[in-house]
Amino acid sequence: MLLRHTTSEVKERKALTVNPAKTCQPVGAMYAALGVHGCLPHSHGSQGCCSYHRSTLTRHYKEPVMAATSSFTEGSSVFGGQANLLQAIDNIFGIYDPDIIAVHSTCLSETIGDDLGQIVKKAQDDGKIPEGKFVVQASTPSYVGSHVTGYANMLEAFVKYFSFKTDEKLRQVNMLSGWVEPSDMRELKRIAGLMKLKTVLLPDTSDVLDTPMDGTYKMYPKGGTTREEIVSMGDSMKTVAMGEWATKSAAVALDNKCKVPFELTDVPIGLKATDRFIQALSTAGKVSIPECIAEERGKLVDVITDMHQYLYGKRVALWGDPDTLLPMIEFLVDMDMKPVYVVSGTPGKKFSARAMEILEAKVPEAKVRNGASADMFLMHQWIKEEPVDLLIGNTYGKYIARDEGIPFVRSGFPIIDRIGHSYFPTVGYLGGIRILERMLSAIMDKIDATSPEESFELTM
Amino acid sequence: MSNYLKDRESQILTKGNDAAEISCDKKSLAGSVSQRACVFCGSRVVLYPIADALHVIHGPVGCASYTWDIRGSLSSGPQLHRLSFTTDLKERDVVFGGEKKLYHALIELIDKHQPKAAFVFSTCIIGVIGDDVEAVCRQVTKEKGIDVIPVMSEGFNGTKKDGYKIACGALSKLVGTNNDYTPSKYSINILGDFNLAGELWILAEYYKKLGVEIISCMTGDGRVEQIRRAHKASLNVVQCSGSIMHLAKEMKEKYDIPFMKVSYFGIEDMSEALYEVAKFFKDDEMMAKARELVTNEISKLLPALQPYRQKLEGKKAAIYVGGAFKAISLVKALRLLGMKTVVVGSQTGNAEDYKLLKDLCDEGTIIVDDSNPNELSEFVKLTGANLFIGGVKERPIAHKLGLGFCDHNHERKEALAGYVGMMNFAKEVYASVTSPVWKFVK
Repeated sequence: MLLRHTTSEVKERKALTVNPAKTCQPVGAMYAALGVHGCLPHSHGSQGCCSYHRSTLTRHYKEPVMAATSSFTEGSSVFGGQANLLQAIDNIFGIYDPDIIAVHSTCLSETIGDDLGQIVKKAQDDGKIPEGKFVVQASTPSYVGSHVTGYANMLEAFVKYFSFKTDEKLRQVNMLSGWVEPSDMRELKRIAGLMKLKTVLLPDTSDVLDTPMDGTYKMYPKGGTTREEIVSMGDSMKTVAMGEWATKSAAVALDNKCKVPFELTDVPIGLKATDRFIQALSTAGKVSIPECIAEERGKLVDVITDMHQYLYGKRVALWGDPDTLLPMIEFLVDMDMKPVYVVSGTPGKKFSARAMEILEAKVPEAKVRNGASADMFLMHQWIKEEPVDLLIGNTYGKYIARDEGIPFVRSGFPIIDRIGHSYFPTVGYLGGIRILERMLSAIMDKIDATSPEESFELTM
Repeated sequence: MSNYLKDRESQILTKGNDAAEISCDKKSLAGSVSQRACVFCGSRVVLYPIADALHVIHGPVGCASYTWDIRGSLSSGPQLHRLSFTTDLKERDVVFGGEKKLYHALIELIDKHQPKAAFVFSTCIIGVIGDDVEAVCRQVTKEKGIDVIPVMSEGFNGTKKDGYKIACGALSKLVGTNNDYTPSKYSINILGDFNLAGELWILAEYYKKLGVEIISCMTGDGRVEQIRRAHKASLNVVQCSGSIMHLAKEMKEKYDIPFMKVSYFGIEDMSEALYEVAKFFKDDEMMAKARELVTNEISKLLPALQPYRQKLEGKKAAIYVGGAFKAISLVKALRLLGMKTVVVGSQTGNAEDYKLLKDLCDEGTIIVDDSNPNELSEFVKLTGANLFIGGVKERPIAHKLGLGFCDHNHERKEALAGYVGMMNFAKEVYASVTSPVWKFVK
């Protein structure tokens, strides 16, 4: 038993996180910045941060992940990192030649008090930023929030820096995507396309972290939201922001700066959340919902009804990020499943409140915890107290799955031991079918593997 | 070579063209897409394999998240090292200090897990906010009666190599704390083998056949108790010298234990290691056993390698690994397969290793220190390499370029040390280089 060190008795911990269900802000900022075309993320801190984030993203996507670092030294920690960042900006434009550098801070640079805005301004004044090139900066201290906070802060920085309101209103809708996969971002665009809606999706990691193999290595792949598109977001009719934690601050910033109103909705995972998303798009873009979308919805409902007998009453444990967990548990509850344990390392009081709202009527026994000490150790202790039928979460659940013999569907970040997430979306109605397929396969594989010979079934 | 950061020119040379020695041991340039990590990373990887110790990371959550069970250092017993413990510092801790939090975390964890010792890793901001980690460790040591060892590995405080040195310092606090042990006549410590994919267990078998006792393997399948009595060994056998040489040198000074640098990769170096150890003990019987072992293994291995060699003859390889010492073995092992090394580099090699590399490599080989993806991609194109040997960040780049790949870093899935390791290496290189999948590349 790999996790033999987990005791089943839950004791409140004050000072300690064991097996975290989150990571720190900068990796989120890096992921968001990769979703902007021609942008090189830059980590203003020690070298290790950048290396760790690149490694984690590389393991998750099996793709090269590029980012530069200020390579802090002892001197920088005493005298500040200004000299490092100025030199870095110079070097990066000189050799790697991105269109945009997206600088994010780290715990170190924040603690010593580096003011990124001031340093970037100095770079501008000193002529280190070539004509037509840009440096955007976001403050992402690792000791506040989680990786999701970093993602949100970087998005906010992009719209604050680039989006611009002219006198000409555009017939387009902004979509601010929560932290989802390249495949999901591609699917969001496809859905908008079906609705004959012109949209700008920010960020957009499709064609960046799922690039085809053609025998060449491209530092800046063809995908990503372009700078021009981000600029134009200031003239859009409306913003549809998917996920309070990851996108609300950017939506608010855009509203404040360019008076583009926003509708905050969930990441469209599952039936109802996708309904709301489609409705939001339809309202925002003043377009009707085409028949083909209704058909996709019908297909999802068809699969749910066909297979519901395998789902009802199933106890599920989930961990991950608030914006994706909330619609996911709603989807499960709608199919009469029981999300009994929900854990997210990302803080925010609203999470537990909203989760309980979804759960209280049908799963009053559910345990929900987020923020400090909401970690995989706690999750495992809950499971040891009373087991579940299914696990849904990132790769770090595999220890629990193995030790307790529980079917496991990988979802979230990071997934470093399976592929598929880059290519097969879980958002939208068809994404819902994908979620169902994977849950059912996991549950049925266990039935097949463990059922007694006499009740082993061919047809399921 | 105009396409590189100008200040990096001294860190790149082509054998035959450049007379000067390569420059290394330099801090990375700000703004580079370096493949290197930090001081904390260096310390964490060296101490990580001590499986019955508690490893607590004092800082914000990231440093613990990113290093949670990512290295395949196998343990034959406890698995405590594979869990991730962190004080998960928040904003108020940064303002008011995290000492109390650390203290409570340690007390709670020691009570719960009863570890044999504890390592407390200090991350970037700890140095800046001024937590007295050493004092907390002293206090907990006193209260709980186990060694709680501070590892002052603030990320910015040098390079990954400095982190190795700090980890060696932490290990040396344990070494020599148990004197009640009588070793057998011939005893060694293995330093710098990380038991990736169970490699240590292969080596242990060889040493057993020679009649040599392994008192401790500090960095693979490690146990606190073994490290405590490591000073009773007659010899330190050091692999991956970059990470652990400091400890070997210190034990030489403090306990007069000599050390030798070896490598377990490839036939030549593996055999050399066994012969050197036998030579050290000046025991004819042991030497005879070593000869027998080597002869046996080689007589099986060489014919088995032949079919692979036939297919690989003349193919070209690029190597980019953590330390340059390992690269030397790889160049030799590749030669055994008929392959030529056309690019070789490392994140943290030192001048001595680079000199050996330069002597060893063929004319025209590009040698590079602290490289980055653009350079590596350019070198590979320039030289027409067929294989890339590297780690997690290099793999997708190699694949995008249509090259075969072998992970010789901590994510390797097959043991690559020893004779069986050479066989695995040949199979892996062969399977990847000659794979039909590269045909689909335009």
